[in-house]
Amino acid sequence: MSSVIRIDQVFCKGCRLCLEVCPRGVYEAGTERNAKGYLAPAAARPEDCIGCLLCEMTCPDLAITVTVIKKEKKRCAAS
Amino acid sequence: MHPLAEKMLRKSALPSIYCPGCGHGTVLNAYLRAVDQLGIFDQISHVGGIGCSGWTPVFLDSDTIHALHGRALAVATGLKLANPGRKVTVFAGDGDCTAIGGNHFLHAARRNIDLCLIIMNNEIYGMTGGQAAPTTPSGARTQTSPHGNPEPTLDACKLAVCAGASYVARYTVAQPRRLTRAIKEGLVHKGLAVIEAVVQCPTQAGRYMHGTGSPVELYRIIKEKTVDLSQAAGLKPEELAGRIVTGKFHQDPSQPEYTEQVYGLMDRARGGS
Amino acid sequence: MADEVVIVQGNEACVRGALAAGCRFFAGYPITPATEIAELMARDLPGSGGVFVQMEDELGSINSVIGAAWGGMKSMTATTGPGFSLMQEGIGYAAATETPCVIIDVQRGGPATGQPTLSSQQDVMQARYGSHGDYEIIALCPASVQEAFELTVRAFNLAERFRTPVILLSDEIVGHTREKLVIPRDLEVTPRTRPRARPEEYLMYRADESGLLDGMPAAGQGYKILVESQTHDETGNRRGGDMEASARLMRRLCEKVTNHLDELTDLEAFGCEEAEVVVLSYGSVSRSAGHAVKMARERGLRAGAVRLKTLWPFPDQAVARHVGAAGRVIVPEMNMGRISREVQRVLRREIGVVSLPRLGGALPTPQEILEAMGGR
Repeated sequence: MSSVIRIDQVFCKGCRLCLEVCPRGVYEAGTERNAKGYLAPAAARPEDCIGCLLCEMTCPDLAITVTVIKKEKKRCAAS
Repeated sequence: MHPLAEKMLRKSALPSIYCPGCGHGTVLNAYLRAVDQLGIFDQISHVGGIGCSGWTPVFLDSDTIHALHGRALAVATGLKLANPGRKVTVFAGDGDCTAIGGNHFLHAARRNIDLCLIIMNNEIYGMTGGQAAPTTPSGARTQTSPHGNPEPTLDACKLAVCAGASYVARYTVAQPRRLTRAIKEGLVHKGLAVIEAVVQCPTQAGRYMHGTGSPVELYRIIKEKTVDLSQAAGLKPEELAGRIVTGKFHQDPSQPEYTEQVYGLMDRARGGS
Repeated sequence: MADEVVIVQGNEACVRGALAAGCRFFAGYPITPATEIAELMARDLPGSGGVFVQMEDELGSINSVIGAAWGGMKSMTATTGPGFSLMQEGIGYAAATETPCVIIDVQRGGPATGQPTLSSQQDVMQARYGSHGDYEIIALCPASVQEAFELTVRAFNLAERFRTPVILLSDEIVGHTREKLVIPRDLEVTPRTRPRARPEEYLMYRADESGLLDGMPAAGQGYKILVESQTHDETGNRRGGDMEASARLMRRLCEKVTNHLDELTDLEAFGCEEAEVVVLSYGSVSRSAGHAVKMARERGLRAGAVRLKTLWPFPDQAVARHVGAAGRVIVPEMNMGRISREVQRVLRREIGVVSLPRLGGALPTPQEILEAMGGR
């Protein structure tokens, strides 16, 4: 399972909610400030992404776009 | 830019005024998904009040009215009645909707007018710097309750149900899928759909009431406090104190809807059926 | 088809005028002496395809009137002093967002609860300065049932042209007096028109050289309107922190009215050429003032009369022209003497401007005014 995860550097405000909600630890804290001065997280392990989209749905700035490359056979209970 | 943002946000009004980690953004996120899944963005006019929540309609690339504090529902009532064929979504803060706008909230619910009302509840007046609101927990420290809030807390959903709103639900930022589903149901529901979204306010409520400005810590607090309606039913009042009860409290599309009543009256006055 | 002739009270004339002008949305709240307007709208609007709402309060009324305007309907509310006070924030909002609408104030004795069933002219300054912030307003003063009809139509027309709230400053005497009303078969009504610009080119608040906007868009027409009451730029986006943009907007909002003073000025002058004394009045007091001037002239006094139909913007040049040469100007009013101060301002003198305040609720009599003129 893996995904392409894009984090928009113009809109990300470094709130780190994506780190919090990701059940697979895909994200890690950022080390470089973006143009707005925020420490945007990085998707360090996109290969571990299960496509739950919690990060994309939670992001208050719609800064995360997740494109799932391979779907898991198992489906989530929540729709 | 996220494809939904590209499609539906008013670029000239960005960046948003939301602080880093503000829960309002998550609600906007859920709204965009709901609207996109229904494919009805062009059918909706948006009205907002004053406060951080009230800016939400401005960020939407649609017909937008940024109304006076507390008056979004009154403006939306006129807008809807003048052109009943269009949908109207109202974004209001908890203070805007239940304090200064309380009377319009009560009567929009009583009339059961066909609007989708999203109350973005961060339990504080955020824009003005963190003052107590009717939804602020008792005892909480805010800028206008430095010795602790001496007032009881208002449950906007209970009020909505009592007053006559025909769809009432509450979810939090930690329930994005359920929130999206509720918004979808509210948008297609005929009558007043009240969806309260409980959100974190890192800058004001976070720092003053919870002693932390961390969006992550406040998110955890909201999750911790949340109890679903199905479980809340079995809890005693003391056990429920300070908890956030989420779920769908009421849904009845058969209740008379105000716009239909008014236009039906017009038809009869003109000699129609 | 001939003109229609009826005998109705002023409040009803306002309703007929509103309907004739194309009003299709009324929101109001019961309050004496304006309630008949709401009741008659409730009766007559639905049959004309219009919407009547009794809102929960006056704040709901003015705000839903604003919402309906942006929904595409010509809209109106009616109230008196206490309700007029409650509506002020909304009136300022309509001015700032350039929302066309009509607000009827059927003045009664104030302040506060005051005299619910008796007349006054105590809201004249509130009509001009009632909302916070700096802005211009258009206010018209009917003196008869006929004028209650005509000036309501004019109020709607001016609201459309100037994209602004217009106040019809009526009073309990005009509102409740029953007189003949001739409803003309042909009436000049300014229709609600869409912007000429196509949606792709349209800017919410782009004005012409005189400050006026391009039509009036409505939600659902493809313009993606942005109605914003914080100071804003041409797109409607907020610019409250931008001092220059905010100043520019304020100036345009005011100048769009003051630049058109000639067009907005509406007064009647009689016998002012070579008059020694002129009576300047407005609203129902003009009924007594007119008689007083007639009586004075019959007694050989060189007397003239000026009757203001547009009260705001105040017709400085026209007033100066008509009364400037007279030795004395008498200003009878049912308040502590407010428009007399406008006359003093315009003439740049206090000497010879005689304020005649009439409090308590009754019209000043022609005899009282005649005595003040120096007649008997």
